[in-house]
Amino acid sequence: MKPSDISILIVDDEASIRDALTKWFELDGYRVSSAEDANSALLKLQEGPWDIVMLDIKMPGIDGLELQRRIKKIDKNIITIIITAFAAVDTSIQALKEGAFDYIVKPVDPDDMSHLIRNAVEQRRLFYENRQLRTHIEGISFSDEIIGESPAIKRVMEKVIEVAQTDSTVIIKGESGSGKELIARAIHSNSNRRYFPIITINCGAYSDGLLESELFGHEKGAFPGALYRRQGRLEMADKGTIFLDEIGHISEKMQADILRVIETKQFTRLGGDREIDVDFRIICATTHDLERAVQDGTFREDLYYRLNVVTIAIPPLRERKLDIPAIARFFIKKYSQSMNKNVIDISNDTLEMLVEYNWPGNVRELRNVIERAMVVTKGNLIELNDLSFFFPDAELDSGENIPSLDDVEKAHIQKVLEITNGNIAQAAGILKVSRLTMYNKIEKYQLKKHKNEAQP
Amino acid sequence: MPYIYILPIENDPSPWIENLEKSIHRTFGYYSKLASPDICLEKTFDMKRMQYNSSQILLQMIASPPPDAEKILGIVNIDLFIPILTFVFGEAQLRGIGSIVSLHRLNNKFYGLPEDKELLSERLVKEAIHELGHNFGLVHCANQECVMKSSTYVEDIDHKSVEMCDNCRRELRSL
Repeated sequence: MKPSDISILIVDDEASIRDALTKWFELDGYRVSSAEDANSALLKLQEGPWDIVMLDIKMPGIDGLELQRRIKKIDKNIITIIITAFAAVDTSIQALKEGAFDYIVKPVDPDDMSHLIRNAVEQRRLFYENRQLRTHIEGISFSDEIIGESPAIKRVMEKVIEVAQTDSTVIIKGESGSGKELIARAIHSNSNRRYFPIITINCGAYSDGLLESELFGHEKGAFPGALYRRQGRLEMADKGTIFLDEIGHISEKMQADILRVIETKQFTRLGGDREIDVDFRIICATTHDLERAVQDGTFREDLYYRLNVVTIAIPPLRERKLDIPAIARFFIKKYSQSMNKNVIDISNDTLEMLVEYNWPGNVRELRNVIERAMVVTKGNLIELNDLSFFFPDAELDSGENIPSLDDVEKAHIQKVLEITNGNIAQAAGILKVSRLTMYNKIEKYQLKKHKNEAQP
Repeated sequence: MPYIYILPIENDPSPWIENLEKSIHRTFGYYSKLASPDICLEKTFDMKRMQYNSSQILLQMIASPPPDAEKILGIVNIDLFIPILTFVFGEAQLRGIGSIVSLHRLNNKFYGLPEDKELLSERLVKEAIHELGHNFGLVHCANQECVMKSSTYVEDIDHKSVEMCDNCRRELRSL
């Protein structure tokens, strides 16, 4: 972390103190700004993230103690250092109890000041490092979900290991639910960027304007409702990986913007004028046939070639039926632990039925089926009747509880929504109805939207 | 032709001027000019602290710079302070024209040790090059040997060299 990565805000009503501290810290290379009272300090705090705030305890209007409380409400991780005269040491101790990093009694020895700032900067560096490591650990915690012994999935894993060591852009192709994000995370967690975050964005879930703001971030006042400066996903992915899911869904304008970022590794936040340098690797995924989209003129050829350095195609589950028993058993074990149920296996005839099925929703669909069966089952083995919600024919055979047409429609729409991970546009495509019809049906049957569906 | 102006304020430059001029030329490529400034130190004296406000002296020094002055370096022999700190060895304007260094705390006598004129001259040159480095746009360096390393004790000054490290030299050339 360079000194210029650290920002310090000095709040003091005495101009000579503000001036002296500003100059002193600027010589160390830090980014420094100052405010003469609490109100101007609070305005500056809204302009952008600050690492360290040095504040005078005694100021006219809102005093240092109250200012510190308000700062901690905005961001509890900002380091606050209290500046005090000898007479106000008691108040400074109160400030320490309320979360101040330290206090200085003016005038302070230059060496004490240097130590104090070095320690504060070190704490801030550890905070950033911790945040990045946490994101990383969360990122790889599901990597054991890539399961299978089939030649098809083994080829995929070999390719993952091969490309992980490079910094090349990767396109992951595969049907919905086939595990594209898992493969992206596997590439990231085996790459040299693994100690930095992998940031995921589902391009298909955002409108054009939202996607732009999500990717590039925005400055305060960039558009109505932009009350604060916000970091974009690209900035968060600095030194790590950005995973652009459903890249085939983005508009022509976004295609041009993304191409520019890939080429220059620079961008500006919405409403901003400062070029921000970023260093990231791109992995993207699509269910679309991008080559056809290029031929149709809906996807830029230059962007396609920029992205398509390495392609990994994940086979659909129906093409690797060999793996179905292992995947089913993996989810049984996983949900046994999370649901605290003693389910140890699945019966052979149920497994046969699962293997027979063609799984249009792939591994995600299989996972959902197992999860629901785990909820339903009473014993320690998943039996065929635990899957009656999924294979309703079995239920019909019994001649009882024949569902109404509405019930069937509701169940079918729910199932398709699960397959598409809540993507309404995709679900509408599969069911060959308009988006509006989908929304009406969801409303009618009170179906829950999936978490990935962005709200407008 | 631009010069670095050296202003000895109420002190005799003869023990250190030659060393200082040579180092300035070697480091920054500028020749120096000695000048007799019209500075009123009394105005900058703080009765409570019994010290002189270095920022106020700096302001007087740069009030009307000569047209051929690239930078102006003041040398004093009084105890300097800035309002938040107990003392400073010197002060500089980052990317500005003026800087000041005090001999007061560089002198062994201040620490109750026998006077060492050679050491005093060496310390002064290091601090002067350091402050001029700020004038040219350099910030503090983490390299222990580099003259741009920040010094809060006189021992720190003795520990570092009078030269800039490779990084700072490269940075200086690019500024």
